[in-house]
Amino acid sequence: MRLGRFFLYLVLIIFVLFYLMPVYVLVVTSLKSFKEISLRTMWIPPKEIGFSSFVRAWYGDKSKGLRGLSGNFMNSVYLTVPATLISSVLGSMNGYVLTKWKFKRANLVFALLLFGMFIPYQSILIPLVQVLQKTKLYGTIPGLILVHCVYGIPITTLIFRNYYSTIPSDVVEAAKIDGAGFVKIFAKVILPLSGPAFAVTAIWQFTSIWNDFLFGLVVTPNPSVQPITVALNNLAGSYFVEWNVQMAGALITALPTLIVYIFLGKLFMRGLLSGSLSGM
Amino acid sequence: MKTDRILSILFILPSLILVGIFIYGFIGWTGWVSMVNWRDVFPDFTFVGLRNYARLFQHFRFVISMKNTLVFTVLFLLFSISIGLLLAILLDRKVRFEGFFRTVYLFPMAVSFVVTGVVWRWILNPGTGGESVGLNWLLERMGLGFLKSGWYTDPNIGIKAVVIAAVWQMSGYVMALYLAGIRSIPNELYEAAQLDGANVFQLYRHIVLPLLRPITLSAIIILGHISLKIFDLVFAMTGSGIGFSCDVPALFMYDTTFRGNYFSQGAAIAMILLMCVAVLIVPYLTYSIRTEVRR
Repeated sequence: MRLGRFFLYLVLIIFVLFYLMPVYVLVVTSLKSFKEISLRTMWIPPKEIGFSSFVRAWYGDKSKGLRGLSGNFMNSVYLTVPATLISSVLGSMNGYVLTKWKFKRANLVFALLLFGMFIPYQSILIPLVQVLQKTKLYGTIPGLILVHCVYGIPITTLIFRNYYSTIPSDVVEAAKIDGAGFVKIFAKVILPLSGPAFAVTAIWQFTSIWNDFLFGLVVTPNPSVQPITVALNNLAGSYFVEWNVQMAGALITALPTLIVYIFLGKLFMRGLLSGSLSGM
Repeated sequence: MKTDRILSILFILPSLILVGIFIYGFIGWTGWVSMVNWRDVFPDFTFVGLRNYARLFQHFRFVISMKNTLVFTVLFLLFSISIGLLLAILLDRKVRFEGFFRTVYLFPMAVSFVVTGVVWRWILNPGTGGESVGLNWLLERMGLGFLKSGWYTDPNIGIKAVVIAAVWQMSGYVMALYLAGIRSIPNELYEAAQLDGANVFQLYRHIVLPLLRPITLSAIIILGHISLKIFDLVFAMTGSGIGFSCDVPALFMYDTTFRGNYFSQGAAIAMILLMCVAVLIVPYLTYSIRTEVRR
């Protein structure tokens, strides 16, 4: 039995090393100076710890044509925050109607909404670009906000619908008998109970919008408007850029969602599980 | 009562209109584009029927990318599901610091595929000289030198190198699914099995694993549709690779549409991808919602 426990922990720890290996490389490389960077010494800790690569990744270097990530980081903030809020509110409204004011064929409508969560976005990209160009939203942050709101509707509706179906209908019926109408029940009964669902949805949306690459790539060709994931890929794609700067850039890109994950991991997990429909 | 009904429709209407246009309308439009002759910056809406599809199946890059997707999907599912199941079972054996292990296994899910791609491209870089660098260096030091390889620069490996990064990112998610499943098995079942004198292996073989089958199905469907759609990771990590050895249909679609202006060809690829995903997802959705209604 003792031996069994030993092997159990051994396997668990080997996997910890596997999952943390890229983090190690990321951190170690980003703390090195350019002259210390080589593929041969990838696994060796830096002789001197320096933050110059972070400075270069953040501010860029005009003389070498290196674009810093600071502007793109802010672009990501400006697009992620409103898109997260709006899509969460839409999800809550839909979830309310789909659970407490079911209409005929509500389940069919829900299924059609949900399907949108799984489609390969390639199948909507061409018309999307055309429509955004016609409406002058192409290449702009409001354009990206719109896109993320729309394609966020399925998942936010799913999370809120699952959550609201755990609120007993009696609560709604009682409010109706007291003379409360549709809006009042939502504002006074449902919304005050919605805190946890908003938290789960907001974290989920924040993470997936921040991490989005495809929409940013296709909708914003102008580097000064691009979200950080696209900018990171450009930074990493130019062959003259030093690996330590690339790794620093990757770390900067990953940091906001990692912080959310470390501090609000439980809520993140709930979002993940509802994404698998297992909440149904 | 009547006003409430109208209000409730008004509440959900904006979302329905948006989804109706941006998902179903757009899919319809893409379907139409896939059947015309648009292969320039300027649209040409001459109807050509299924010609774009027919040509696609003879296009070497499309054939390679579909084969790559198949290889990628099989390996990605196999490794993610077995690692996920193993970790979930181990973590359920009353492990100390379970929270720590769970946090570490799941954290890659919070990271962008682009970050994953950039880091793994660096780790799996085999270098240009003869000496072992990157992961190869590490493997050599651990006495696993026989595992050294050219990774994504070797056309025989290509997409399989991307599988490593994808498994790194997604296996923790499968672990979380299974762990939630194991935890929802009622205790009485375990107790009953123990009363019958079942040992640990019999317990897993005859009680736990059969009860986890629906979760395996979910995992296959979720990972399967992710793998059909995979784009960001390949784009950031390898691109289409030497001789398109890392290419996938989503990448081909992007290249041919937005770099080559072959809009109709791109639309045809997108429709094929959509149909593959639909074959997987539609039965799953129908089943999930039906069972829920019955409950």
